[in-house]
Amino acid sequence: MSIKQKTHDLKKRMKGALEGGGERAIEKQKSVGKMTARERIIALLDPKSFHEYDLFVEHAAKDFDMDKKYLPGDGVITGTGTIYGYPVCIYAQDFTVAGGSLGYMHAKKITKIMDHAMRLKVPLIGINDSGGARIQEGVNSLAGYGEIFYRNTQASGVIPQISVILGPCAGGAVYSPALTDFVFVVQNISKMFITGPEVIKTVLGEEISMEALGGARVHAEKTGNAHFYAESEQECFEQIKQLISFIPWNNMRKALTYLKKEPKQEEYNIGKIFPSDAKQPYDVRDVIRAIGDDSAFLEVMTLFAPNIVIGFSRLNGETVGFVANQPLYLAGVLDVDSSDKAARFIRYCDAFNIPLVTLVDLPGYLPGVDQEHAGVIRHGAKVLYAYSEATVPKITVIVRKAYGGGYIGMCSRHLKADFVFAWPTAEIAVMGPEGAANIIFKNEINSAEDPDKVRQLKIKEYKKKFANPYVAAAYGYVDAVIEPTETRDFLIHALEISQHKSEEGPKKKHGIPPF
Amino acid sequence: MNMKEEEKKESKYSTFVVHTAKYKTLLTKSFMERKSWEPENTNIIKAIIPGNINKIMIKKGDVVKVGDRLLVLEAMKMYNQILSPVNGKIKSIKVKEGEIVAKNAILVELE
Repeated sequence: MSIKQKTHDLKKRMKGALEGGGERAIEKQKSVGKMTARERIIALLDPKSFHEYDLFVEHAAKDFDMDKKYLPGDGVITGTGTIYGYPVCIYAQDFTVAGGSLGYMHAKKITKIMDHAMRLKVPLIGINDSGGARIQEGVNSLAGYGEIFYRNTQASGVIPQISVILGPCAGGAVYSPALTDFVFVVQNISKMFITGPEVIKTVLGEEISMEALGGARVHAEKTGNAHFYAESEQECFEQIKQLISFIPWNNMRKALTYLKKEPKQEEYNIGKIFPSDAKQPYDVRDVIRAIGDDSAFLEVMTLFAPNIVIGFSRLNGETVGFVANQPLYLAGVLDVDSSDKAARFIRYCDAFNIPLVTLVDLPGYLPGVDQEHAGVIRHGAKVLYAYSEATVPKITVIVRKAYGGGYIGMCSRHLKADFVFAWPTAEIAVMGPEGAANIIFKNEINSAEDPDKVRQLKIKEYKKKFANPYVAAAYGYVDAVIEPTETRDFLIHALEISQHKSEEGPKKKHGIPPF
Repeated sequence: MNMKEEEKKESKYSTFVVHTAKYKTLLTKSFMERKSWEPENTNIIKAIIPGNINKIMIKKGDVVKVGDRLLVLEAMKMYNQILSPVNGKIKSIKVKEGEIVAKNAILVELE
């Protein structure tokens, strides 16, 4: 055969493989509003940057007449490409081929691209759209999942791992996304659960739809499994691109530096956002936007535990991770879910050299039997652990209330914050004035002729003396009391000064965080 | 902003009490849906798991001792023996054999 003939033969073979599950399966995929696996990769990556590997891999199943079947690419597409010029390794399960089911060679393709990502030290993106284990391949498909989980864990904290759920992801398959850093879901398309509605109905007699059991909204709002929620696949890809621009390629690098841009002061003016009355709510995200470059803020987990806000912004062109109590919801208290949410984000930033900026305004921990019984001790401890363990630059700004355990937990000086600033509106005390006065002046209040009058008087007295930043500043727990409008300058300076911060904890294999 | 608008803005916030201090804030869905705690009542036997009432060993008026078998709740392919947690008399039986019950459904009342 001549080169021409051989090239022709190659093209013919490729055409067969590139057809995926065939016209009918593709039509079905599109009829439910889903793109095909290859379309998704192309939509996400830079134009013409995608290079596919292992196109000719064939499945290895022998039983149940499987050896007579041809499954193009064995139901998964793998390759490399770029996003805004950043290199990434990527795989996308192809639901049109045997329902994207995971067999031995399908898993081999995924683990191969994962190994690539680890060697090349670049982010890994996995697009999940699969009916689950390929039953015909038996234990080999289970082995496949296990091999993937192992690699997810090894890669954790070394390269960014992003999971995109664009279809069903059920049973064992859910644990790969759960082990990765960020999970993206899309309304009406993503479905994640361990056991589906069918099994739940037969075993337990409970009837529930797939969407209500493990739809996108459920995971974004209720379970906290998902970090980003989108209404369409296209919107989801835009979110991924934005995230990629904020994070470094691997744990040995810093995120890329962008041009410094001043915040949009017309729109986000701290003086206008921030209420003078300490009991009134405001949206702390507006404060972040008033501080960050170009007022840009990529919020992570917007719907889950909204009483704490986490996300990425830039200061002087450098990525920072913001953790902020949100007085707009539940007065910004820490509870089981918000502790869990913050702690994981803190550890993410620490692993990937992203400095942490903490904005403090909380009345403490959420009281209640349900919270105590749900393990607020165990979950609250995660925040202490994550902040204490983090060695990236840690800068704290106490904007208003910082009471009791909440004060300690929100990256106080005592957990080794590098810089602690406070606004003049800060109230740093062992508890709120009301509670404190009731305890300290209990006898005086009870024995008074008009207890309410004395109580109000004592509250006022306590407030004046202790509900301010100056007691903490007198002990050096606060480095500087600053005007709110100076915050950006102080933060930028603090970050510049701590650029070469190097801190090493005691030698150990690993700690035992209160998971 | 006139007074009316201000009132309207105010009204979307709830009053939320933490350590006797009152804050204006929004409530989250999970907070609104939280379960209120009830002290355990050992005289009421509830289903520990959703399942099928496989067999009932007692009838109304029976006197039972701690550890006596009351019924069998079949769930997850297991026959769960439901034993009496107290000494007492069967006040009422709320289920029939073969009935499928939800979790926490009341099965038997003792007195």
